[in-house]
Amino acid sequence: MRLRLVPAETNWDFFKLNKITLGFSGLAVLASIVLFFALGLNFGIDFKGGTTIRTQSTSQVDVGAYRDAIAPLGLGDVSISEVFDPSFDPDEHVAMVRIQAQEGSESVSVETINAVEAALQEVDPSITFPSVESVGPKVSGELVQTAVIAVVLAIAAVLVYIWLRFEWQFALGAVAALVHDVTLTIGIFALLQIKFDLAIIAALLTIVGYSLNDTVVVFDRVRENLRKYKKKPLNEVLNLSINETLSRTVMTSVTTLIALISLFVLGGDVIRGFVFAMIWGVVVGTYSSVFVASAILLRLGVKRDWSKPDNTAGNQFANVDA
Amino acid sequence: MLQISAFKRVVIWGVCFIGLLFAMPNAFYPRVERHNDAAKAIEAGDTSPETAADYAAWPNWLPSTIVNLGLDLRGGAHLLGEVQVEDVYEARVEALWPDVRDALRPLRATVGTIRLQDSAPGELRVRISQPEGMEAALEAVRDLAQPVASVTAAGATDLDVRAEGDVIVVTLSEAERLATDERTLRQSLEIIRRRVDEVGTREPTIQRQGERRILIQVPGLGSAEELKALIGTTAQLGFHPVVGRTSNPDQDPGLRNEVLPSIDEEGVYYIIEKLPVVTGEELTDAQPAFDQNGRPAVNFRFNPHGARKFGDYTAENIGSPFAIVLDGEVISAPVIQDHIPGGSGIITGNFTVEDSTQLAVLLRAGALPAEMTFLEERTIGPELGQDSIEAGRIACIVAFIAVLAFMAASYGLFGMIANVALLINVGLIFGLLSVIGATLTLPGIAGIVLTIGMAVDANVLVFERIKEELKTAKGPARAIELGYEKALSAILDANITTFITAVILFVMGSGPVRGFSITLALGIITSVFTAIYVTRLMIVMWFQRKRPKTIEV
Repeated sequence: MRLRLVPAETNWDFFKLNKITLGFSGLAVLASIVLFFALGLNFGIDFKGGTTIRTQSTSQVDVGAYRDAIAPLGLGDVSISEVFDPSFDPDEHVAMVRIQAQEGSESVSVETINAVEAALQEVDPSITFPSVESVGPKVSGELVQTAVIAVVLAIAAVLVYIWLRFEWQFALGAVAALVHDVTLTIGIFALLQIKFDLAIIAALLTIVGYSLNDTVVVFDRVRENLRKYKKKPLNEVLNLSINETLSRTVMTSVTTLIALISLFVLGGDVIRGFVFAMIWGVVVGTYSSVFVASAILLRLGVKRDWSKPDNTAGNQFANVDA
Repeated sequence: MLQISAFKRVVIWGVCFIGLLFAMPNAFYPRVERHNDAAKAIEAGDTSPETAADYAAWPNWLPSTIVNLGLDLRGGAHLLGEVQVEDVYEARVEALWPDVRDALRPLRATVGTIRLQDSAPGELRVRISQPEGMEAALEAVRDLAQPVASVTAAGATDLDVRAEGDVIVVTLSEAERLATDERTLRQSLEIIRRRVDEVGTREPTIQRQGERRILIQVPGLGSAEELKALIGTTAQLGFHPVVGRTSNPDQDPGLRNEVLPSIDEEGVYYIIEKLPVVTGEELTDAQPAFDQNGRPAVNFRFNPHGARKFGDYTAENIGSPFAIVLDGEVISAPVIQDHIPGGSGIITGNFTVEDSTQLAVLLRAGALPAEMTFLEERTIGPELGQDSIEAGRIACIVAFIAVLAFMAASYGLFGMIANVALLINVGLIFGLLSVIGATLTLPGIAGIVLTIGMAVDANVLVFERIKEELKTAKGPARAIELGYEKALSAILDANITTFITAVILFVMGSGPVRGFSITLALGIITSVFTAIYVTRLMIVMWFQRKRPKTIEV
C-alpha cells in the first residue's frame, strides 16, 4: 500500500475561480506593500548598523531591569528581547540586546560594549555574552544596496532564461509569480516584525529559485502538451498540465517542507527567521506557480504551433481555436 | 533498451566512490583535525609522543581534507577593516620637503629665498620670493619625480607639480596614488598576516575585500576586541628630536613640528619635530626584556642604515632629549647621555609584562603603513557555535530520516533507490566541500537541509513520469526509459534556474550568505548527477537482474 497525497487521476479545474484567486493574490501583494510602508521591516544590524549582544544567564531574563541598567549610558535606541528555544536547557535564559549605531563612529567602540556588559553584569552576575556583533553604518548601507541588486539581478536573469527557453509570455508569468512571492515574504516579515537581516536575503533568493523550480516544471509540461494537443483550448491544456504535474508538485513541496520544518523546530534560534522565510516561500511559491504564473499565462495567451514558425506568436487571438 | 555501457557504469560508480572517500574524513572530524594539526607540528619540528599519537590516529594514505567550519560554528572573532590609504600620501609628501629644499638651493639666484608654507594634508607648498624664477623652480622640482612603479600606469611619474602664484604645490599624481593604494593594501595584508601568525591560531582568514578593505577572521580567539588590539594598532615607531615640553595641548608647535601627549604622564605634552630621525621600519628585531631596575621594557636593534643614522644623531646631540613615539603618543623622552653607535637600545616606559610582549610582537611584525578603521566586528563564543553545530546536526538527521521514510512510503522500491541516491548525494556534497576547501556555515547547513528536501525532486519528476508512461502500457522497460527521457528537460530547466540564483548569491553575497550559496550550488550539481545517473543506473541494474513483467512505482 503506497502513500498517496494526491489521487492518481485528478481532473480539477484550477481556473474556475481564476478571478478570485488572482484578485486574492493581487490584494495580498497590495497588503504586503501597505504593511511594508506602514509598519516597516524590523531591520537587523546588517542593514541598519549598530550592535547586538547576545546574553546568556542561569537566572530569568528581566527585560525591565536590563533596560534600566543600560538606560543611564545614553546610547539612544536600545531594544531588548528574550529568546526562547526548545533546545535550551531549563536554566538557560537568553536575550538579545540591540544598540543603535552611534553617531560619528563606524563600529561601536570597545568602551561602549564594555560599559553595557558591565552594567548587565551588575544586574545579573551569572550573565555571559556568547556573541557580540557590530556593524558600522557605512557597511550596512552598502549591504542594503547589494541585497536589492542581488534580488533584482536574480529576477532579471530568470526572466531572460525562461524567455530563451520558452516564450515571453511564460517569462512574464514566471516573473509575476516571483515578484508575488518576494513581496508576500516581505509583507509577512513586516507584519510579524521578524528580524530582517542578510540571511533573509539569501532566503528570498532561494524562494525565487524554488518558486521558479515549481513554475518551470509546470511550464515544461504545458509546452509539451501544447505540442501534443494542438486543438485544445489553452485553459484546458493548462489545467491538464497542472493536474498531470500535481502529484509531483505536492510530493516535492512536502519533502522540502519536512526538511525545513525539522530545521525550524530543531535548528536553534539563530537561523529560525531564515528557515521561517523559506517555509513561507515554499508554501507561497507552490501556490503561485499554479494560481499566479499559470493564470497569467492563460490571460496572456501563447503561441500554439511549436512545430513551425508562427506569425501569430504572442497574439491575443492565438489561443482562439479555429 | 535500457543499456548503459560498462564504461559509463565504471565512471558513475567511480565518481560516487571518490566523492564518498573524500567525504569520509568529515565523519571522524575531531580525529582528523588532530591528525592534521599534528602533521603541521611535526613539520615544524615537534617530536613529542602526544603529537606522534595524534598523527598516527588517522592513516596517512586516506584523504585528510575536512570541511572548514565557519566562525558561526566554531566561534571566534571577525573584523572588517578599512585602510586609511590617505595617511600614506601625507607621509610621502611630508618626507619630500628636504629633497625639494636641496633641489631649489642651487637655484637661489633665480628663485630667491624658499620657504615652506602651511598646507592641507597630502600637499607640500613652498613659497619662493622671486616668482619670475618659477619656471626654473618647477623644472627642478619636477626632476625629483620618479616613474610610477606599476604595470598599468607605464610612463606616468609620481609627482604633480604646479604653480599657484608664487607658491609651488607638490602632490602625488593620480597614477601614483593608485599604485600607492595597491602597495599599502598589500603591505597591510602582509603585516596583519604576520601579526596574527605570531599569536599562532588555527586557520585565520585574512582577505582583501574590494579596493581598500581587509576581512580578518580568526577562529578560536576570545573576542573581536583582542583581535582589534592586535591589528588595530599601526605600531608606527619613531625617534624624534624634542623641541620642548608643554602642558598646553593647543599650543602652536611651529612649522613642521607637532604636539604629542605623553603616554604615562597626565597633562604633559611634548613638542617634537614631525620628521623622525629613525623609524620602526629600520628595526631588525625587538624582544621583551627588563631594564636595569627590573621593569618590563623592549630591546630593539636597528639595521645598519638605521644604526648609522641613529649613531650620527646621538653623537651630534648629546645632552638634548629625544622622543620615542608610538602611534602618536610619546612613550618616553630620555636625554641622550652618550653616542650610541651599535644601533641597539631599549625602550622603557610604564609597561606591564603583557604590554612589553605585545609591543615587541608589533614591532617585530612591522608597522602598518596606514591606520585601519573598523566597519564591522563580530565575536561568536565557542559554546554558541557548538550549540549551533549540535542543533544543525540533529535537524539534518531528523530531516533525513523523515524524507527517507516519506519516499519509501510513497514509491516503495523506487523510493528506496532514491534514498540510497540521496545518501550518496549528501556524501558527495561533503566530499566536494572538503576538496574545494569551502567553509561550512550555519546557513550552509540550512542549504544542505534544503538540498535534502529538493534533491528528491528530480527523482520524483522521473518517477511520476514513469508512472504516467506505464498507463499507456508500453511495458515497464520502455516506460522507465521514456520516463527519464521526458523528465530530463524539466529537471534541467528547473535546476538551471535555481543554479542561476545560487551563482548570483555567491557573487553578490558575503560571509554566511556565500556559505549558503556554495552548498546550494553544489547540492544542485550533485542532485542532478545522482538523479540522472546514479538512480538510473541502480534501476537499470535491478531491472536487468529481475526482469519484472510489471513494475509499480
